[in-house]
Amino acid sequence: MTVALSGKEIASQIEEKSPGSVEESSQDSLVVKSDSLLSVAAFLKDNETLKFDYLNYITAVDYFSYFEVVYQLTSLEHNHTVVIKTRCYSRENPAVPSVIGVWQGADFQEREIYDLMGIKFEGHPNMKRIFLWEGFPGHPLRKDYLQ
Amino acid sequence: MEVSGDREYIYSSIELDRYEGQVIEELKASSQEAIPDPDEWLEEELERNILLTTVDAIINWSRRSSLWTAMCFPACCAFELIAVEGPRFDLSRFGMEILRASPRQADLMITAGTLTWKMAPNVKRIYNQMPEPKWVIAMGACAISGGIFRSSYSVVPGYNKIIPVDVYVPGCPPRPEALIHGIRMLQRKIAKTPVVPDLPELPLKGKRR
Amino acid sequence: MTTTEMMTLKTEPFVLNFGPVHPSTHGVYRMRATLDGEVVLDIEPVFGYLHRGVEKLAEERTYTGFIPLTDRLDYISSMSNNLAYCLAVEKLAGIKVPERAEYIRVIIAELQRLVNHFIAVGTFLNDCGAYMTPVVYMLREREKILDLFDMVCGQRLTYNYMRVGGVSQDIPDEFLPALKKLTGTLPRFIEEMEWLIKQNEIFLARTKGVGILSGETAINCSISGPVARGSGIKWDLRKADPYSVYDRFEFDIPTCEAGDCYDRYRIRMEEMRQSLRIIEQAMRDIPSGPVRADVPHLIRPPVGEAYAHIEAPKGELGFYLASDNSIAPYRCHVRPTSLINLTALREMVRGWKVADLIVIFGSIDICLGEVDR
Repeated sequence: MTVALSGKEIASQIEEKSPGSVEESSQDSLVVKSDSLLSVAAFLKDNETLKFDYLNYITAVDYFSYFEVVYQLTSLEHNHTVVIKTRCYSRENPAVPSVIGVWQGADFQEREIYDLMGIKFEGHPNMKRIFLWEGFPGHPLRKDYLQ
Repeated sequence: MEVSGDREYIYSSIELDRYEGQVIEELKASSQEAIPDPDEWLEEELERNILLTTVDAIINWSRRSSLWTAMCFPACCAFELIAVEGPRFDLSRFGMEILRASPRQADLMITAGTLTWKMAPNVKRIYNQMPEPKWVIAMGACAISGGIFRSSYSVVPGYNKIIPVDVYVPGCPPRPEALIHGIRMLQRKIAKTPVVPDLPELPLKGKRR
Repeated sequence: MTTTEMMTLKTEPFVLNFGPVHPSTHGVYRMRATLDGEVVLDIEPVFGYLHRGVEKLAEERTYTGFIPLTDRLDYISSMSNNLAYCLAVEKLAGIKVPERAEYIRVIIAELQRLVNHFIAVGTFLNDCGAYMTPVVYMLREREKILDLFDMVCGQRLTYNYMRVGGVSQDIPDEFLPALKKLTGTLPRFIEEMEWLIKQNEIFLARTKGVGILSGETAINCSISGPVARGSGIKWDLRKADPYSVYDRFEFDIPTCEAGDCYDRYRIRMEEMRQSLRIIEQAMRDIPSGPVRADVPHLIRPPVGEAYAHIEAPKGELGFYLASDNSIAPYRCHVRPTSLINLTALREMVRGWKVADLIVIFGSIDICLGEVDR
C-alpha cells in the first residue's frame, strides 16, 4: 500500500537541508517557495531515504489571489508519496521554475499549464502552446476567463 | 493376305484409301446445304436483353451501391464506425468496405467525432480534396450540434458550419444499426438526385460560345 | 560522377508531416518528423486537434453530471475513466462503497481491460502490416463483451455506469451465467490469436529489438502501464496501491526485460489472461447487497482536495479534484495516461526508420481523447 507521507515530516527534512524554502506545511502537503523549487526537487529525488524518482502529475489551480502549482511525487522503491505545492502571486506574468531537468515527465504537462492557465515555466526548452492554436485570446482555465 | 517384308500395314494401302475416299464422298453429299444459324432465340427474348431506363437511375444506382468512405474520425464515434466495418455489422454488404486513406479516391465522408476549431481547416481541406460527387454524413451528437461539448471554448457547434451535410445520424454514439439506417437513407437520397446538376454559368473570356 | 564524388554528396534533413488525418495514427495526432532520407532524426508532436475543454466544462456541471464527460476521455475504455473519477469523489467526500458494488466494479473494470487490449493488439498488428485480419478477429470477440455491457447498462461505448458511491443499477440475473459462458471460451481465443501471429517472420522482424525504452528513461518520463512494465519496471497500481477490493484477488503482474515493441505486445496478451483470472475469482466471491451507498442527489464534499488513481488499461489514470463545498468541482484535473506516455516517444524513435516509427507509435497504445481532453 502506498504510504502518503506527512507534509510536516518532509518539511522538516527540507528545512534542515535548505532553510527558508518551505512556506507552510500540513498533514497532506507542503508549500515550497518558488525560487527554491529546483533545489528542493533535486534533494527529494537524490536523497536515499526519500528517493522520489517518479512524478505522478503536475497541475495548477487558480485561487483568485494566487496560482498554486501542485506536484505529486512517488518513490517506486520505497512505495511512498508526497504532495508538493508552490504558489505564484502575480496575475499578469506568473512564472515558476521548470522541473524538466529533474523529471522529464514534466515536459508536456508544463506546456499544458502554460496554455490553459498562463503560468510560464522558466527553463523549459519548448515553452509554447500545446492544445490551443497560436493566437488564441487568453487562457481558458483561469477563473476570470470570459468566452 | 500375305504380309511382305518391306510393308508394315496389315491392309493394303489402296483399300485404306478407298475407305477414306468413301467417307469423304458421303460427307460431301450430305453437306450440300448450309446448317441454319441457332438464332431463333433472338426473336422472342429481345425485350429481356434491352433495359429501358433512364441514365439517372443507372448512374445513381452505381454511385450509391459502392460508396467509398474517406477517413475522418477524430473521436469516440470512430469506434462505432470501425465496429460497423467489422464482422458483426458488416458494411461490405453495402459495398462500403473500403476506408480510403486518400480523399481523392473517396466519395463519402462520415464525420465521426467532435470537431474543434484547430481541426476545422484540415477537415475543410479534406472535403475540398474529394472529387465530385461527394456526400457527407454527420454521425453523432457532436457532429450535428456540438453535442455534450457545445458550451466549450474550442468546439465547433456542428459540422454544418464548415461543410454541407446530407444526412444527420443522432446518437452518442449512434448504434451501428442507426448508422446503417443513415447510410440507407443517403442511398435513397442519391437515387433521387439528378445526374447533371445545374452547372454554374462560367464566363468565357473572349471566346464565342 | 566518380565514386568519391558520390560519397561526399551533401544531403539535408527535411521535415515530413504525419498529418492529423492519417490511417495509422490512432486518431487526430500530428507529428512533424525530421528525416534524413528514411532515418528519423527527431519528431515534434502536435496535439490539440481534439481539445474539447473537459476540465473547464467540469466547473459548470455537478459531480454526478461530470461522469458522462469522463466516458469520452479514453473512449476505448470508458468504464475505467468512470471508476477513477468516482474513486476521487469518494475519497474527497469520504463515502464508503458497499461490497457488492466493489465486486461489480472489479468485474466490469477487468472486462474493460480485455476490450482495450483487444483493440490495442488488433490495431498494433494492423500497423505492422497485417491489414484488417487481426482487427476483425479482435472485433468479433469484443462484440461478445460489448453484449454483456449492453445487458448491464444499455450502452455499447460510453457507458455512464459507475456512480459516486457504487454503480447506477444492479447487474441483471442473466449477466453472471453469460459471463461464465464467455470466460470459458476466451482463453482458447487468446491462445489462437497468439498462435496465429507469434511465429510470423515479418511480425518478429518488425517488432523484436525495435523501439527500445530503458527502465531509467521510463521512470524519469513518468511512463506507466504496459509500456513501463515492458521495460522491466514492476509497478502495477493494483498491487502497489490497491484500490477497491483488488487486494483480495490473486493474480500476477507480467513484466519483460527488453523494452521493445514485441515485449509490450506480449505483456498485453499476458494481461488478458490475468484479467480472466481476476474475473473468475470475483464471480465466485460476489456477495449480495445494495449496489449504491446512500448519497445525496447533489453531492457537496467538504473543502479540500483529493487525488485517486487506478491502473487503467493504458497506464496510471488519475483524477485530481479540488472542492470548495459547492455542487460543482472547483478544479478537476485529469492525469492523462496517454499524453505522459508520449513523453518518451522521441527517445524511442531516434535512429529508426519511418516504417518503424509507425510500429513504435502503435505499441504505446494511446487514445487521443485522453491526450487532448
